[in-house]
Amino acid sequence: MFADWQSIIDDFKAVVPRVDFWSLRLVQDETETLHVRDDVLQPPSLVQSRGAHISFIDRGGMAYAATSALNREGLRTACERALDWLAFSRRHALIAADSMPRPGYSGSYATAVHIPWEAWSLEDKLGRLQDINRELNIDKAIVDRQAQLSRRRSQVTLVTSDAVSIDQQFHYLFPGYAAVANRGAQTQMRSGGGWGSARQGGLEQLDGFAFPDSARQVAEQALALVEAPECPSATADVLLMPSQMMLQIHESIGHPLELDRILGDERNYAGTSFVSLDMFGSYRYGSELLNVTFDPGITQEMASYAFDDEGTPAEHRYLIRDGLLERPLGGVVSQSRAGTAGVANARASDWNRPAIDRMANLNLEPGTNSLDELIASLEYGVLMDTNRSWSIDDSRNKFQFGCELGQLIENGELKGLVRNPNYRGISATFWRNLTAVGDAGSFEVWGTPYCGKGEPNQMVQVGHASPACVFRDVEIFGGV
Amino acid sequence: MVKRSCNVQAYFKDLSEKLCAGLPQGEVLLLNYQGEDSDFVRLNSNKVRQAGHVRQQTLHLDLIGNGRETSASLPLSAQLDNDMVRAQRLLGRLREQLPLLPEDPHLNFAGEVHNSSHHGDNRLPAANEALEQLISVARGLDLVGVWAGGEMSHGFANSLGQFNWHSACSFNLDWSIYREGDKAVKQNYAGFTWDSDNLVQKIAQARNTLKLLGRKPRILEPGQYRVFLTPSALYELMQMVSWGGFGLKSHRTAQTPLLGMVREGATLHKDINISEHHSDGLTPRFTRAGFIKPHSVELIKNGAYRECLANRRSAREFDTAVNCGSEQPQSLHIAGGDLQQNDVYTALDTGLYISNLWYCNFSDRNHCRITGMTRFACLWVEQGEPVAPVNVMRFDESIYHILGDQLDALTREHEHILDTASYGWRSDASARLPGALVNDFTFTL
Repeated sequence: MFADWQSIIDDFKAVVPRVDFWSLRLVQDETETLHVRDDVLQPPSLVQSRGAHISFIDRGGMAYAATSALNREGLRTACERALDWLAFSRRHALIAADSMPRPGYSGSYATAVHIPWEAWSLEDKLGRLQDINRELNIDKAIVDRQAQLSRRRSQVTLVTSDAVSIDQQFHYLFPGYAAVANRGAQTQMRSGGGWGSARQGGLEQLDGFAFPDSARQVAEQALALVEAPECPSATADVLLMPSQMMLQIHESIGHPLELDRILGDERNYAGTSFVSLDMFGSYRYGSELLNVTFDPGITQEMASYAFDDEGTPAEHRYLIRDGLLERPLGGVVSQSRAGTAGVANARASDWNRPAIDRMANLNLEPGTNSLDELIASLEYGVLMDTNRSWSIDDSRNKFQFGCELGQLIENGELKGLVRNPNYRGISATFWRNLTAVGDAGSFEVWGTPYCGKGEPNQMVQVGHASPACVFRDVEIFGGV
Repeated sequence: MVKRSCNVQAYFKDLSEKLCAGLPQGEVLLLNYQGEDSDFVRLNSNKVRQAGHVRQQTLHLDLIGNGRETSASLPLSAQLDNDMVRAQRLLGRLREQLPLLPEDPHLNFAGEVHNSSHHGDNRLPAANEALEQLISVARGLDLVGVWAGGEMSHGFANSLGQFNWHSACSFNLDWSIYREGDKAVKQNYAGFTWDSDNLVQKIAQARNTLKLLGRKPRILEPGQYRVFLTPSALYELMQMVSWGGFGLKSHRTAQTPLLGMVREGATLHKDINISEHHSDGLTPRFTRAGFIKPHSVELIKNGAYRECLANRRSAREFDTAVNCGSEQPQSLHIAGGDLQQNDVYTALDTGLYISNLWYCNFSDRNHCRITGMTRFACLWVEQGEPVAPVNVMRFDESIYHILGDQLDALTREHEHILDTASYGWRSDASARLPGALVNDFTFTL
């Protein structure tokens, strides 16, 4: 149990009304951010968040209230608000709340941290960010440079009326840098060092993002992209690097497999799914090379945990095996509604939001080809690296994605860079054109802290690990 | 609710005065309060999926001294002693950090004192009663959506003696009614006062449109079509343009998607007039550094680029006046044209009526080329009559065409759109936009 949680729990127990079931989720969060832009330190920020999420189930009704007032009076008021909505939900219930499975296991989890944030002094951290800014400053055409280092520490405790108690402590690191190059009316940005992604762990995770070693290359590539020709318009093969596979998996496998989307909860906002319940167990999602897993156990991946926010123990599961669709991404509430198996992925973005089905860690398992073999297998195509544009329909079928960097491949050899590489396709057919999967040598852990979904809206971190992959006959094009 | 808002204001004033009182000479403290007391009720199949209440309050501190600045925020419990202790502790951390930072050449905060206070009346209905009515009126329909309503408050105070307050009570009911598959009518009812007749009328309209959605859908081939973009569809496009399009920093670092207007003299249609209309918006008129926003900022006039939005840091860096809190518009206004709303189908003649766009992003930022999807009740229109729904299509088109050489007309009427976003907090962004009739709009997939 974390510091001073017990007194809040005691206060809550003193005011909680008699209901069939209650749960109390306490969240304390602190994010520290350092950011240097064009050699100028932006005001450092330290953001603290702390609050309680109270859920009641009683006589067929289900409701919640959340508050940042963690004293007895604040908790009492929150309980009253939850009771108000409990009565309303009972009259108009979508879900048979009484029959929902309840958490049955207690336990704990803590991110493995080898080099803590505090191991480097503030001056040291700022010095490194200033060094990166200097490293990015290689030409007058570099018109914007930035580097950042951010740390988030999150403590989550779930207790229930059934005496379940779960403590989880997470440490996240958000590093990265970017350079913007411009000549005339042509601007290109290149990023590196983990920009836009994150990992669980301490400062030791920087090595995995090549932070800061790739800084000069980032600036050089931004400059080169400004001068590069446009990506050709053609039907060609594409070699997607893990920094783009992340997005491809996220949008066209992750979201369509979310069970609450399939059940229609998200139709007014994030959308529905081209996947229906009858497809599980028989639908060919991709080629036989496609193996996708829900894996909460890769320590440095962003959404590793022992329990989801409904209190379900998280375990490794295949969602797609040898190309065949096996199970959706749905927590126990969705599983109960749909009458199907799922995974422990009911998650809330913070104390002020209820848990819904999210992606967590969704990974594409490695194959057998080295990166050199993948390149050599292409007669004509484009390597695409680092996502920068994403768009897909509300059924998660027709997509168009763009990357920061493209590189031509001709007769099995890498050639020159091309700018504004884009490609489009249809999820239901795209994955069947997966023709080669990289081995463990190209397998990288990525993810995004910015997956948005839900009403009210929730932004959560998700992890995606993948090797480089080859897809045949893809519609590619560039800018203008 | 008004009484509660006054109580919260008094609480913030008390807290801010106590924090500023103990400040050593040479330090400046900027304090921002944000509070929300909102109900959120989620519906699926015209039944309750999740219902709840969120009460949250935070205090943001900017400590400035010796040309340096650092910041922090903490949640408030509304118990003064407790909040003072935690705020003082955090202030102590910032004070220790300040001398370790380099001087900030872009430091900028309001030096003149401008006090203000705005309390929006609470004319909201009881949320459960409004939802009872919705569920009753929509009986038999597959309605999915969310009610978000309650009070939102913002406060600013600084150690120079300035105090500003802004609170408003609003609701935003956003829903879709599905016929089958992805064929649905999207609707929204948002504002400050509840009118039952308005809701009944909207649901009746939806029932009529649902009949049309039952017809065999038209499948369009990729190509170029004459289209009408509703204000909601135009809002999706303008949110993309607003992503760096109007900010001073993005202009000076050549990252604006309107780079062609800046570097090559490109223009939009002469009838395009775009402004950030601060006084017409829902956001506070004060910024988080104590600056007072001007009445409005003219961004594009007669199709030509005029002025950028400059926040406090950009204003100092590029030596201009602060004219916004955020360089992304929060109260966007596009002037209307001559086309009357009632004549839209006739003016479209044959083409696609696009009710909503979805999931837009740039396919070529340098040329403000945007891709995205049609969504909800997009209708095929022939000889001025809607005849069938259209299966979703992907578009890929430049704003220089949509609001430039391919723009045919803008509606005279505007729609006041209240942003439905609620990431962390309910958004108070809004926009007043017309609809747009456009030729040769490109669909690709």
